[in-house]
Amino acid sequence: MKPSPFTYHRPGTTEAAVGLLTELGTDAKVLAGGQSLVPLLNMRLAAPPHLVDINQLQELNYVRATGTSPDGAGPAVVVGAAARHADVERDPAAHQALPLLRRALRHVAHPTIRNRGTTVGSIVHADPAGEMTAVLALLDGSVELRSANGSRRVGAADFFVGPLESAAEPGELAVSATFPVPPGQTGTAWLEVARRHGDYAVCGVGALVTVDADHRVVGARAAYISVDTTPVVLDLLDAVGTGPADTADWSAAGRLAASTLRPDADIHATAEYRRHLAAVLTGRALTAAALDARGRGVNHHTGETEETA
Amino acid sequence: MTDIPADEPLHEVTVVVNGVPRAAAVPARRLLSDFLRHDLGLTGTHVGCEHGVCGACTVLVDGRPIRSCLQFAVMHDGAQVTTVEGCSSGDGGLGPVQQAFRDCHGLQCGFCTPGFVTTITAYLDENPQPSEDEAREAIAGNLCRCTGYQNIVASVLRAAELRGSTGEVAQ
Amino acid sequence: MTTRMLGAPITRREDPRLLAGQGRYVDDIGAGALEVAFVRSPHAHARIVDIDVTDALDVQGLVAIYTHEDLPGRVGEPLPLLIPHPALTHGRTPCALAKDEVNHVGEPIVMVVATSRYLAEDACDRIRVSFDFDPPVVGIENARDGAQLVHDDVPGNVAAHLVQEVGDAAAAIDAAPNVVELDLDIERSASMPMEGKGVWARWDSDDRSLRVYTSTQASTSVRAAVAAKLGLEADRVEVVAPDVGGGFGVKIVHPWPEEILIPWAALTLGQPVKWTEDRREHFVSSAHERGQLHKVRAGFDDDGRLLGLDVTFWHDNGAYTPYGIIVPIITSTQLLGPYKPGAYRVEFFSLYTNTVPVTPYRGAGRPQGCFTMERTMDAIAQHLGLDRTVVRERNFIQPAEMPFDHGLTFQDGRPLIYDSGDYPASLEKLKKLVGWDEFEQYRTAARAEGRRVGIGLACYVEGTGVGPYEGGFVKVETDGGVVVATGLTTQGQGHQTAFAQVVADELGVPIDKVTVTTGDTRRFKYAVGTFASRAAVMSGNAIAVAARQVREKALRVAGEALEADPRDLEIVDGVVQVKGAPGSSVPLATVAVLSNPLRYAFDEETQRATQFASPADPDRPPVAEGDSPGLEGTGYYSPPRSTFANGMHAVIVETDPDTAEITVLRYCVVHDCGTLINPRIVEGQIHGGVAQGVGGALYERMVYDDAGQLLNASFMDFLMPYSTEVPAVETDHLETPSPLNPLGIKGAGEAGVIPGSAALASAIEDAEGFRITRMPISPSELHHLRVQHELASSAEKGLEA
Repeated sequence: MKPSPFTYHRPGTTEAAVGLLTELGTDAKVLAGGQSLVPLLNMRLAAPPHLVDINQLQELNYVRATGTSPDGAGPAVVVGAAARHADVERDPAAHQALPLLRRALRHVAHPTIRNRGTTVGSIVHADPAGEMTAVLALLDGSVELRSANGSRRVGAADFFVGPLESAAEPGELAVSATFPVPPGQTGTAWLEVARRHGDYAVCGVGALVTVDADHRVVGARAAYISVDTTPVVLDLLDAVGTGPADTADWSAAGRLAASTLRPDADIHATAEYRRHLAAVLTGRALTAAALDARGRGVNHHTGETEETA
Repeated sequence: MTDIPADEPLHEVTVVVNGVPRAAAVPARRLLSDFLRHDLGLTGTHVGCEHGVCGACTVLVDGRPIRSCLQFAVMHDGAQVTTVEGCSSGDGGLGPVQQAFRDCHGLQCGFCTPGFVTTITAYLDENPQPSEDEAREAIAGNLCRCTGYQNIVASVLRAAELRGSTGEVAQ
Repeated sequence: MTTRMLGAPITRREDPRLLAGQGRYVDDIGAGALEVAFVRSPHAHARIVDIDVTDALDVQGLVAIYTHEDLPGRVGEPLPLLIPHPALTHGRTPCALAKDEVNHVGEPIVMVVATSRYLAEDACDRIRVSFDFDPPVVGIENARDGAQLVHDDVPGNVAAHLVQEVGDAAAAIDAAPNVVELDLDIERSASMPMEGKGVWARWDSDDRSLRVYTSTQASTSVRAAVAAKLGLEADRVEVVAPDVGGGFGVKIVHPWPEEILIPWAALTLGQPVKWTEDRREHFVSSAHERGQLHKVRAGFDDDGRLLGLDVTFWHDNGAYTPYGIIVPIITSTQLLGPYKPGAYRVEFFSLYTNTVPVTPYRGAGRPQGCFTMERTMDAIAQHLGLDRTVVRERNFIQPAEMPFDHGLTFQDGRPLIYDSGDYPASLEKLKKLVGWDEFEQYRTAARAEGRRVGIGLACYVEGTGVGPYEGGFVKVETDGGVVVATGLTTQGQGHQTAFAQVVADELGVPIDKVTVTTGDTRRFKYAVGTFASRAAVMSGNAIAVAARQVREKALRVAGEALEADPRDLEIVDGVVQVKGAPGSSVPLATVAVLSNPLRYAFDEETQRATQFASPADPDRPPVAEGDSPGLEGTGYYSPPRSTFANGMHAVIVETDPDTAEITVLRYCVVHDCGTLINPRIVEGQIHGGVAQGVGGALYERMVYDDAGQLLNASFMDFLMPYSTEVPAVETDHLETPSPLNPLGIKGAGEAGVIPGSAALASAIEDAEGFRITRMPISPSELHHLRVQHELASSAEKGLEA
């Protein structure tokens, strides 16, 4: 299990990296944390002739909780392409603004992997079992792609094209991912069932519940991993209704999810079991998110979210 | 199948390993684990899977544990690396984590042990007084086939004690 | 008085080296050797049509490419069938490199030698093998069906068929007032040591000798095989098992193809050559175990006592049978556990499939046997509405009935006679440890919180310390150090500590003076190997025998020096002294000097053994007839038959009513392996075994598709438990010394793994209320069982309505 030979490039600037990627086209792969790519290289399941190492690009090494996201919308957490999962997980401002990030990241493999793996890299890898793909999708986030022709921003709904396939074209470098802070009084939760602690989920659910001042449900969404070829987001408000959060029938949302999702079987679980799990976890995650919403302040999109619990 | 370059270019890689600058000229594809073991002769770092799951190859790069089998040496030119050989005490004896493993029978065949020692060393820098549950979680990314982890969990707690008593707790 | 070492939980002497990163495993040795990679079959069943290496020839650093037709004479002949058996009528072994056909994915076809493993893999990528495909046989049902054959000349895919019967089981069952019938399945797993296999070899053309380092459990036998295959005198071949990163059975098989090919390449090329197995290779080319289907009929009286037991099972032996039929023989005999079965009939078929060969993995057929018997015990309890422990108690062999002869033939060809054990006492301890009698209260309380819990147990008896023999060498050096050697190998069992403890006690020396070497044919030439929980029993006792010889000679020589009767002497802290008069003494170091009459002194101490140093009896030769120079001894231990350790596990599980996740809340172990040399090491062995038992019950399986592809050949998908998956293990123990050996030892290496699947199945069944007949079990499978049973029970209710 040794990788095939490749030509190694270590550009000193993002501009140089983009230049190289443009020049090399499909012959090049971006090397960031390497936690998904290098196993494939070691097993010779992939053998790109060129690797462009972006680890030393300090300008891409950041985690920012901002009042205004780069696309001009409300507050967001923006993660640069060289930032590690562990950096995002530990960032206090990011956690304050979007506790879902840390909650989901704690399920990404093990700390040693998170020390090296990058959040943007895992999103570009577009593994349908990757937690951060679903988090981006649930929050309606986006990825900024840079190429010799300039920048473009692709929303999560369009970014995940298929299993291990994203909208990033050859010659493009994903320089950041933007996770918008959801408006209103919104709580979140992440739940998953994995065979072992730290494994890819058999089914994972991120939930987002928004309540009004009377603690009535005004928004209920969930995102799923390991149930389709891309992360799936479902709006579940119709199933739940707009009643008081405390008495909402979250399991109805679970039933809707189960009837909507079309998971596949693999060696760890049948499709039927995955669907069943989706139902159970949807109910549990929405319940937890509603509880979380109770403790959150209202985000008026004018500044920092505040903890009121 | 890929084209094999007639002359695979070599990269001069210098790494400060356990405080000592070490250099070798290696191809770009040389894994950090192989670089440490076979180019620098530091065979304490072990290779158990080469796909990043078992943790035997874990070393500290700039203080953080990472899988050396998922890194190319050339990426770490100029880095500070700590291997199990560098987890000894100042006088060359067993460091607190190593001593704890001995006290608690935390190893049997010893093959996975270096990855545990490095992982726990870094963990205790961050969390000097873990609970038993935290200790179990701290080692959850490393596979051991001999011990059933019982005595490794005990070793984490014992190492915390030893570090506390020798004032080695990091600030 | 020297502190007694036998039984002391001292820390291990090998640890400082291993902890400091100073271990020496095969891949750590011999930098600069040429490196090997293999082209392995991507197909499960095919004939090789052509091998085209043209494109590989211009790979930089390529040294050699070998296929089967390059292998001369015996190197190219099939590998040995290690343990022939009359019932193994159709034994088959592979050639070191595939000849004409391949029978499983992973079978080696081409060996590439290059200046590095990277370049060797580059060359492998460029070698093209073309095949004609044969239909693969995968799974026991397909093998049993016999429509497709793995080997053309093996009808029905049956490698072996064996029946043993004591009494008339069919008649006993037919006459019994109660009968249960069960179909029970266990799936494949594997030893999966953290270090794969590895071989390094160097031919020294000046010395005309071959040195081989290999990660093996049987270095002496590798030596014999290498010498035979390569046509060398065994004395020109040195085989060393250096530090070995775990074995668990897979490394007892030998010679692996690579153990012949690497030495042959080193000899042929005249350069050191090395091969380090990578994890993917290990999955598809090193052995697996466990896959068996069992059919049980049991007849019993109204108290739950067995009257007759009839078991038929089908064993998946994979593509070849290098290790014979040891695994199914063990299942067929050891499934009896601590019970009297009444009349017993067992029949098995060992079947070929196009999958990785099957050889012993820790437990070696016992986990399947234990699962079969313990599931039967639970079924009897359920049938009669009795407590599960009561049924077991009623079937136990009682201490007064020891030794107990089952009337069967065991894996060593000897009668299956249990030497000792107190099963009722073990069960009593276990019930106390786990709180068996209080569990219903706990269940009620848990149920009130919406939680679903269950308790289960399983008992086993394990034949340990099988022969034929082991040997030990003990020598006191002239500096007072004691060197000890035994031929069997070490893979983490702490032999450097445990055997030193034996010698320290037998010889009366501080343990710090004792150095133990294992698995090095330069140090000890005769051995069998480390398997079947035999090392402590066999080498422990052999080393004790050798140490006693040395002690006897030390007392005799010291008696002459002190002018005392040897019977009045004792050895304390490495000094021979007159009992009660410590002033009159001589250090063992000096005794060692005096034991070797010298002409030439090599230091001041040895001057006293030279010919003019002291007056000697001029009429006696310096070395008496029958004596030999030096203070050393070699002893062997060869028992008439195995000793039988036993144990019982109880486990409490919680199953999530919605997600069907299974959590082990408590895992309790009571074990009895006779006299303990080092309780700390024994406890560690139990812990590791339990983790593998939990892994085998809830996580690990080898998943083959119909084409014979192993779908989970990585640590991502073969789910070995992490620390978060293994429960805290609570232990208690009995010590019933074996009457069969001087130290009273029984083996402990495999014990922990044996009852895992049985105990967990029992607990899950107890939590869920329906029968569990197949292990391992995943949450997905448990969920489907629930759905199935809900459907069945609602259908039943519908009928009633």
